[in-house]
Amino acid sequence: MSEPNNQKRVTVHQSKYMKLSGLEPLVLNENSNFINVGERTNVAGSRKFLRLIKEEKFDEALDIARHQVDGGAQIIDINFDDGLIDGKESMIRFLNLIAAEPDICRVPIMIDSSKWEIIEAGLKVVQGKCVVNSISLKEGEEKFIYEAKQIKRYGAAVIVMAFDEVGQADNYDRRIEIAQRSYDVLVNKVGFPSEDIIFDLNIFPVATGMDEHRRNAIDFIEATRWVRQNLENVSVSGGVSNVSFSFRGNNGVREAMHSVFLYYAIQAGMNMGIVNPALLEVYDDIPKDLLEHIEDVILDRRDDATERLLDFAETVKGSKKEAGADLSWRENPLQERITHALVKGIDAFIIEDIEQARQEAVTPIDVIEGHLMIGMNVVGDLFGAGKMFLPQVVKSARVMKKAVGYLNPFIEAAKTEKQEPVGKILMATVKGDVHDIGKNIVSVVLACNNYEIVDLGVMVPPEKIIEMAISERVDAIGLSGLITPSLDEMVYLAKEMQRQNFELPLLIGGATTSKAHTAVKIDTQYNNAVVHVNDASRAVTVVGDLLNKKTSHAYVAKMKADYDEFRTKFLKRGKEKSYISIAEARKRKYKIDWETSEIVKPKELGVQILKQLSLKELEPFIDWSPFFRSWDLHGKFPDILTDEVVGEQATIMYKEAQELIKDIIAKQSLKPKAVFGLFEANSINEDDISVTKKGQEPFIFRTLRQQLKKREGIPNHALSDFIAPKETGKTDYIGAFCVGIFGAQELAESYKAKEDDYNAIMVQAIADRFAEAFAEYLHKQVRIKHWGYAADEDLTNTDLIKESYKGIRPAPGYPACPDHLEKETIWELLEVEKLIGVKLTESLAMWPAAAVSGYYFGNPEAKYFGLGKITDDQVTDYATRKGITKEKARKWLHPTLAEE
Amino acid sequence: MSNIQQALKERILVLDGAMGTMLQAYKFTEEDFRGERFKDYPTPLQGNNDLLSITQPEAIKTIHGKYFEVGADIVETNTFSGTTIAMADYQMEDLVYELNFQSAKIAKEVADEFTAKEPHKPRFVAGSIGPTNRTASMSPDVNDPGYRAVTFDELRIAYKQQIEALVDGGVDLLLVETVFDTLNAKAALFAIEEVKDERGIDIPTMLSGTITDASGRTLSGQTAEAFLISVSHIPLLSVGFNCALGANLLQPHLEAIANKTDFAISAHPNAGLPNAFGEYDETPEEMGEQIEEYLKKNLINIIGGCCGTSPEHIGVIANIAAKYKPREFVIPAEAGIL
Repeated sequence: MSEPNNQKRVTVHQSKYMKLSGLEPLVLNENSNFINVGERTNVAGSRKFLRLIKEEKFDEALDIARHQVDGGAQIIDINFDDGLIDGKESMIRFLNLIAAEPDICRVPIMIDSSKWEIIEAGLKVVQGKCVVNSISLKEGEEKFIYEAKQIKRYGAAVIVMAFDEVGQADNYDRRIEIAQRSYDVLVNKVGFPSEDIIFDLNIFPVATGMDEHRRNAIDFIEATRWVRQNLENVSVSGGVSNVSFSFRGNNGVREAMHSVFLYYAIQAGMNMGIVNPALLEVYDDIPKDLLEHIEDVILDRRDDATERLLDFAETVKGSKKEAGADLSWRENPLQERITHALVKGIDAFIIEDIEQARQEAVTPIDVIEGHLMIGMNVVGDLFGAGKMFLPQVVKSARVMKKAVGYLNPFIEAAKTEKQEPVGKILMATVKGDVHDIGKNIVSVVLACNNYEIVDLGVMVPPEKIIEMAISERVDAIGLSGLITPSLDEMVYLAKEMQRQNFELPLLIGGATTSKAHTAVKIDTQYNNAVVHVNDASRAVTVVGDLLNKKTSHAYVAKMKADYDEFRTKFLKRGKEKSYISIAEARKRKYKIDWETSEIVKPKELGVQILKQLSLKELEPFIDWSPFFRSWDLHGKFPDILTDEVVGEQATIMYKEAQELIKDIIAKQSLKPKAVFGLFEANSINEDDISVTKKGQEPFIFRTLRQQLKKREGIPNHALSDFIAPKETGKTDYIGAFCVGIFGAQELAESYKAKEDDYNAIMVQAIADRFAEAFAEYLHKQVRIKHWGYAADEDLTNTDLIKESYKGIRPAPGYPACPDHLEKETIWELLEVEKLIGVKLTESLAMWPAAAVSGYYFGNPEAKYFGLGKITDDQVTDYATRKGITKEKARKWLHPTLAEE
Repeated sequence: MSNIQQALKERILVLDGAMGTMLQAYKFTEEDFRGERFKDYPTPLQGNNDLLSITQPEAIKTIHGKYFEVGADIVETNTFSGTTIAMADYQMEDLVYELNFQSAKIAKEVADEFTAKEPHKPRFVAGSIGPTNRTASMSPDVNDPGYRAVTFDELRIAYKQQIEALVDGGVDLLLVETVFDTLNAKAALFAIEEVKDERGIDIPTMLSGTITDASGRTLSGQTAEAFLISVSHIPLLSVGFNCALGANLLQPHLEAIANKTDFAISAHPNAGLPNAFGEYDETPEEMGEQIEEYLKKNLINIIGGCCGTSPEHIGVIANIAAKYKPREFVIPAEAGIL
């Protein structure tokens, strides 16, 4: 028996690398792994695909393509060469359909046909850089040159078959002869870029029992080696499953054969090919005896190799594929293991490792300041360099906390001093506001960086913030808020800090906050540092700069100057807009022709409650993009899962979220509740909506009207425009709703108690998603069932997220109706608190925080708009209409006032 | 090496600013658009800016001159919509050759005047080739995603006609711009290659895409790099982006391609984002500041302006560009050997 052929990977000459594209790039480089081409969208490779195309079931055929890409195919091969199919028409139609599926066409397409006419038709409908499969010298040089030149002009790479006028290359010499000749023609006569040439050197079966087939595999491998060494920049490809053709029916042997063949072919320079990943064994897992028999065949090492393998194959059944997690890092030295655990967020072994560290260290504190800080510094550096993402850092913090939690009793026992934090930061969500995901994330990130956090939680009154800041001697205050009234709370706190001669820096964050608001409204109230921190990743550097005694003075001065300049620019900008009076705006209202407009009477009038719904029903309605955004991972779902930068992390988070959801559903730890109602309504006095609830005085919604001066013919909207005015004599309808997810707070607390901030934040983020999903679900039920004006609609979740449905569901506090006060009317109309228990805080935030409330407008012309700014005359008018003081009206409409 | 390639090696070249914005100031009426010649034309013609090259040639010349005066090296012909496909809206398909030929001729006359006055600074004319109003890789019908309103061959034929007229009219180079669908651009590039091949000439070609949304993708969904890869099969004079965004928002996309290509890089951003009235209100100084960031980072070879930019903007940009060295790039060898 001879030793396995231990040849090293071939050295290739390469100055340029192939680049392909779908919606996203596929760029080869010297470190590229084997490129896997999916072949299930090939009528010759998949019977199912052939059947679907014959039956014209293109939708299902698309699913096959999608499945290939999801399964990891980096290119998809598409082939319609079959006698019973119109190949050209099918190619055009299928490629056009693929172009409308971003999750498929993100990868490059391989246009596969033996007919030039079909290839060219394909090239004309794909925007990305494709691969043509294939051309050859089979019908002579002239045709070869013509096709290559056209392919170059269409902008594609090309697979060249080892085939010429004489026939298909079936031995080593013929393969290299044809490859060399094809290369010379392409490069020298056509000017084809050498990096865009891929040779298919014909993979033929071995172990067929025929002597002339014995060298099929080894000749391919050696020809590949020659091509990669001699023909600069090219790639080599092939269809791997051919090699094991004679073992059809014995997948155990086939899987091992593919893997052995690839092992040697890849070493020789084969860098792409069609491989069915389901039919591939891990090389190192092939049993030694089977490996030896297969290598004998592939490498043609014995005269009786085939007979021996055939005999042996009888004993090989199915396949086993189970690989455990990679634990090789456990072999590393202690510090490396601790760093690895922190960077990867693995807490399984941390206690064991920390215990070892503690025994080796002089004092337990040394473990924190030594081992753990070394590891956390690596985390900090990677995060700073954009190589780690927020959720990973929070996971690192979880491991850190667990380690410190384990060490604390030892530290107490040793009665040594506790580790000195680098600073103490007070964090609070302001009075009236309940949203704290962002605040929690920032807290964790700062805590990881060795700041001590005094977290006062949500709905914290300003007096308490001031008091705690003094008594706890904090070094900075961080304020968070999500709803618009919180902005005023922040302004108020800044004023108070100034009045009490504070010098602490003030950090501002949260979804409604902005650099503009901070610069214009908050910074001007406080003589010391005010910094708007728009994402958690910036928090560490900002706080570091603020608290560093050497640099803080200069940093604060720079921030002040920056805000001052920003403010000046911003204020100048605002003045260019002009407004019209409310009376004028009303004349320019959006006019629906009520004579012809279709008003659908709801099937079920009155108030209804939904308490028994399963979260499972809501799951499909989740819009995932904001979930990732709350973790500072930016991108659209599902594209974000494959994003070049954050894709890997997003995929992990998505999987973890799915698991958590599964658990939540199983334990019913979150409960969705909703109340909604549909009522007769008419608009009155232009801007009000009178709502009739049986047996009661009418309820009145006050809407606000755009006052920005617009071009002639562009209306000034108010929501009341979408409801028929009383004067028309027609009865119109309106709806209102509130959905809430209960239990998130309790569940998050239970995770926090276990030192698991990561899952605590995750729960809140998921609860928010469920609340939005519930609102989406309920709106759909209302459209197709309870109101029923869109009984026949058929929209996907993507359509819903894009708001392609008929009718709208604006929510108080959002652009069309920024006035939170109207929530009170919804609460009265629907008896929200009594029926489902969602409460309103003094700032009119909803509690539980994962809640959505709003109106339903069913008119087909109803659409979302942004109110923009309004002027004083509308505020006066609004106060009068609503029967409140102008002062109160100004307070609540503050963020939308134009002159401010 | 052609003259423009020579100039491009030496300095950052300045492209002109908006034509449409300048024409708006003339407040041309329907009658002005028609002129004597199209007095009785059956369709409304107001808004057909390309037609003004025939009916109001002095205005077009004046605008070209204004841009050259403030330091532009290249002006674009007034032919953004000069294809049978885009002109179908005005039933002017038959006028396409003349429109392009005249536009090229006018611009070339003005360029030659300036080159004669300042021989050390030769001026160039780029034949503007717009995206047309149809997309080859997207369906306009949401219910039928496989449908296409235009085919590759229809685009290729229309573009070829425009290109031939522009070349006959004397343009120095071609500018395939505002590419929102890469397949449309590939059809234009294919047509350019055909004309080059048939006439045995070289025509330096600039190609400029448009990134329309915050995710950094073209309208047809490609990332900046995927777009670059999809158009790099033709030896381009430059590749870059224009329109849709202001200079600051365009920068990351320029960076995304600048270190991934050997071609020269061009940019002609808008004067910021439109305000609530659809107007562009970024001042020349504001825009200049942002452009200077490009130059500091050595990102650029050709710089100009798109929607909302005026000769004042281009003047500021030209002054700034003069202070910086062009980005290193490779002039692609003509590879068409047969």
